[in-house]
Amino acid sequence: MSGTVIVSIKGLTRSFGDVRAVAGVDLDIYEGEFITLLGPSGSGKTTVLRMIAGFEKPDSGFIELAGKDVSQLPPYERDVNTVFQDYALFPHMNVISNIEYGLKVKGFAKHECNARALEALKQVRLEGYGERKPSQLSGGQRQRVALARALVNRPSVLLLDEPLGALDLKLREQMQIELKELQRAVGITFIFVTHDQEEALTMSDRIAVFNNGRIEQLGTPREIYANPVSAFVSEFVGQTNRICIESVRINIRPEAITVSKSQTSGNRSLQGTLRDVIFVGATTRYLVDTSCGTVISVVPVGELKIGDAVTVSWEKEKEFLVH
Amino acid sequence: MTISRNARLLLASLLGVGLAFIYVPLSVVIINSFNASKTFSWPPSQFTTMWWSKAIENTGVREALKWSVLAGLSATAIALILGTCLAFAVSRYQFFGREVISLLVVLPISLPGVVTGIALNNAFTKQLGMSTGLLTVVIGHATFCIVIVYNNAIARLRRMGTSLQEASMDLGANGITTFRLITLPNLASALFAGGLLAFGLSFDEIVVTTFTAGPGIQTLPIWIYNNLFRPNQAPIVNVVAATLVVLSIVPIYLSQRLSQDTTTGGRF
Repeated sequence: MSGTVIVSIKGLTRSFGDVRAVAGVDLDIYEGEFITLLGPSGSGKTTVLRMIAGFEKPDSGFIELAGKDVSQLPPYERDVNTVFQDYALFPHMNVISNIEYGLKVKGFAKHECNARALEALKQVRLEGYGERKPSQLSGGQRQRVALARALVNRPSVLLLDEPLGALDLKLREQMQIELKELQRAVGITFIFVTHDQEEALTMSDRIAVFNNGRIEQLGTPREIYANPVSAFVSEFVGQTNRICIESVRINIRPEAITVSKSQTSGNRSLQGTLRDVIFVGATTRYLVDTSCGTVISVVPVGELKIGDAVTVSWEKEKEFLVH
Repeated sequence: MTISRNARLLLASLLGVGLAFIYVPLSVVIINSFNASKTFSWPPSQFTTMWWSKAIENTGVREALKWSVLAGLSATAIALILGTCLAFAVSRYQFFGREVISLLVVLPISLPGVVTGIALNNAFTKQLGMSTGLLTVVIGHATFCIVIVYNNAIARLRRMGTSLQEASMDLGANGITTFRLITLPNLASALFAGGLLAFGLSFDEIVVTTFTAGPGIQTLPIWIYNNLFRPNQAPIVNVVAATLVVLSIVPIYLSQRLSQDTTTGGRF
């Protein structure tokens, strides 16, 4: 990934009492990219986002926005907007007034506020909902209003703090696609915070995996999935088998392992017993008890029954993090 | 939960007895304000509105009403400003002694009025060398009016959380604009309800008032108390009491309605 750096974070730290929430983060974010800060709760991803927005001040380090250090500026002097986890729509205003708010306080003329708000409402496919109060909207609709309220200001960066967390699975998947399309259409840099690895893999140009206040790995979804740099990343992003074989610890993805009664495919194999078969929709997981512990495979060959003696096998080249 | 028929009857009659204890004497006062007999013979043989017109013409009543309204409005205004500021400080900032301050603010409502009254009287007249008057009454009333406003405001601020203010600042509004356009409108109904209750409290306060008013000022409750046992004034006292009952209903009703509204119209 290359291009103009729009947000540059250098040596960022922040503690709350004794807890080091952010323990030294460096990150360059490029113009127009969709970057996800991924990590478990307490990993520091939200604190980094809040420092970019200006709700928290860093203990040390800098945040540059378009080449200018903004780390000490209040939120209202930064050219970024936020979509909040709980949406934070103003309950006493209707949808249009919510969307117009940012333009109004910046002193735009009334007709321009209105025209741009209507356009933003159209962009999130909520035409005709302008007069409603936020309490009269569904979760998904509130989500869209929150998006429109932020995007109408045409910020150089949009910050999204787990915005899909409150939606049900179906709606969440739909919004993931919509958000990605919207981001492409408006061309604004999106910085998206989530703890959902699937969401991160689906939507992002790049992912920064957070752990204990630091970025553990930064890369495209493909890079992170195929070449995780640590056990933490390999377990947090996708599923992984950790196997000790010939006194060497290796990691291997379930989809790289074939399970079969007789056949082996690949230059590594283990004998075992099929303990369980778990149907999870698009795939089926085969749990095999071997001398090296339980191995999960999603690639069966032939008919298999629980209790069968089976062989699991894989290509040595698919292993990663070999110690 | 289901309860048996007998238990229901018992509970209903207990409730009836309880309510009767409170409201029968009050209705007697209201009915007696129309009782033509000067000695309030019961049951009333004749009704009249004479006491009402006499009460309206009575200069003592008018004066007392004026002082009560003045004291109530001033104490409420002070309570609204200070109570809101305090609620903000306690709910939004971390500082040393925060919990202690919160406790100290709420305490006056449970302190015996006679203690507050004596203490204030002592402070005003002995330590500060002030003469008692409207100002001292207002300060005395403000000590407990603040509690009501503070409690209402802090409950609302806690429920509002901080994300609305953050959203406003994020969209480009500074602290003052955010307060004006976001915080205050969402706080207004809580403050209005708190203000009404505070005014109601001040309006019928008698103990603290006795110690802080001095001879020049008679609020309505004090006027009633002073005239209660004067046979000539008794019918007028009934009229004033009846008026107070009716007037007290309004702020309580309104503030209850407002607090109900806000449970549905607040955050989601």
